[in-house]
Amino acid sequence: MEKTRYELNKELAQMLKGGVIMDVTTPEQARIAQEAGACAVMALERIPADIRAAGGVARMSDPALIRSIQEAVSIPVMAKCRIGHFAEAQVLEALEIDYIDESEVLSPADDVYHIQKTQFKVPFVCGARNLGEALRRIAEGAAMIRTKGEPGTGDVVQAVRHMRAMNGEIRRVQSLRPDELAEAAKELQAPLSLVEYVHENGRLPVVNFAAGGIATPADAALMMQLGAEGVFVGSGIFKSGDPARRAAAIVQAVTNYTDAKKIAEVSAGLGQAMVGINQEEIKLIMEERGV
Amino acid sequence: MDIGILALQGAFAEHAAMLDRLGAGHFEIRNRAALERPMDGLILPGGESTVMGKLLRQLGLYEPLRTRIAGGLPVFGTCAGLILLAEQVEGGEPCFETMDIRAVRNAYGRQLGSFHAVSLFDGQPIPMTFIRAPYIGGVGPKARALAQVDGRVVAARQDNQLVTAFHPELDGDLTVHTLFLDMCRKGGGAQAAS
Repeated sequence: MEKTRYELNKELAQMLKGGVIMDVTTPEQARIAQEAGACAVMALERIPADIRAAGGVARMSDPALIRSIQEAVSIPVMAKCRIGHFAEAQVLEALEIDYIDESEVLSPADDVYHIQKTQFKVPFVCGARNLGEALRRIAEGAAMIRTKGEPGTGDVVQAVRHMRAMNGEIRRVQSLRPDELAEAAKELQAPLSLVEYVHENGRLPVVNFAAGGIATPADAALMMQLGAEGVFVGSGIFKSGDPARRAAAIVQAVTNYTDAKKIAEVSAGLGQAMVGINQEEIKLIMEERGV
Repeated sequence: MDIGILALQGAFAEHAAMLDRLGAGHFEIRNRAALERPMDGLILPGGESTVMGKLLRQLGLYEPLRTRIAGGLPVFGTCAGLILLAEQVEGGEPCFETMDIRAVRNAYGRQLGSFHAVSLFDGQPIPMTFIRAPYIGGVGPKARALAQVDGRVVAARQDNQLVTAFHPELDGDLTVHTLFLDMCRKGGGAQAAS
């Protein structure tokens, strides 16, 4: 019973559950994140809020930056490549990155095809807005899923919408008769075998995190109570007044996500949250990339 | 039989599923209030040892749990849990320091170094899954090695403390959890916060 690389990759995501994965842009930020209790860091040249502000084409980070962050911390290091850009993914694999995020935060390199992730040894995480997107990414080889949310906004509304959509559709698939699953697979535009898995197990076959717009401990607790197995915090930490304290507070809120007293305690006096922008105020909708 | 599972971060639900299969009761430990419930044993799951070490202290769990482990409460640590119990940690900070072993953190490198093996555990072949795993670089006189893979010690026991560098909760084989529940039945546990 030799285990496949894919099984081992899904299992790394299981070890990240109940944790917070933080975007960092320097080795110093990576150390602050690790010290605050991050279970992994995402190495980026610019956090999503700054990608929005800068405009232009957003690409994979400089390998020198990624290496310096790998050297700075002992926790897993993730990095993003553009949707469909399998050559960037090959570079990240050569850097022995722990997880590749094929991410809508960067400018898509291919407006039709995602990366054939089954061809890689390193694991991939992908964003999804609903069950169909999640199952398509898993069919391509994603070993972990996260909601897309709307990155770099500090507005949690889309992450909530995506998590509710995904879990609502999972409950619907669970309630179907077996002879209705093929039609469900057609509607979801997803492989029948994965729809059958969801029907039988009432969950995705991989770990599912929340991402996009999470800025406060209460945001993180909200997503956990809605069924997320952990959270990504992108711009929310290093765009805030006191990153180290805010990061530690979000970590505690994820562990004790139903303990409102604890969340009140860790939220007190955190300083300014990232300013944030409402979804109506933005022109670039990242969540629509790569469906 | 009631087993406390440290549920601050990581793969704690997988241990709960194994205990369900063995018919043992269990509960999650996320805060001090959970320590009021008597427990026959404690599981420290896989995850990130840096995260768990910090949360143990921030949530006021470190001292009461250390006292109980040192007092003989049966404890089973997998991967990060092994690191939490080790007296010495290469590449990381020690936490409870109750077990006479030296843990080498991220000893097999990054995720590309994660692997699966079948090897002898206390004389019996079982599946072993290593995820960014540590190994035991040194076993002191108080502890005893229980398993080796490629010449490296990957499981050990010292009185009521049991550790594995691999994840028996991921492979469905009940051997290691059965041994742990035997340890719990023989006693030392069932202590509540005094």
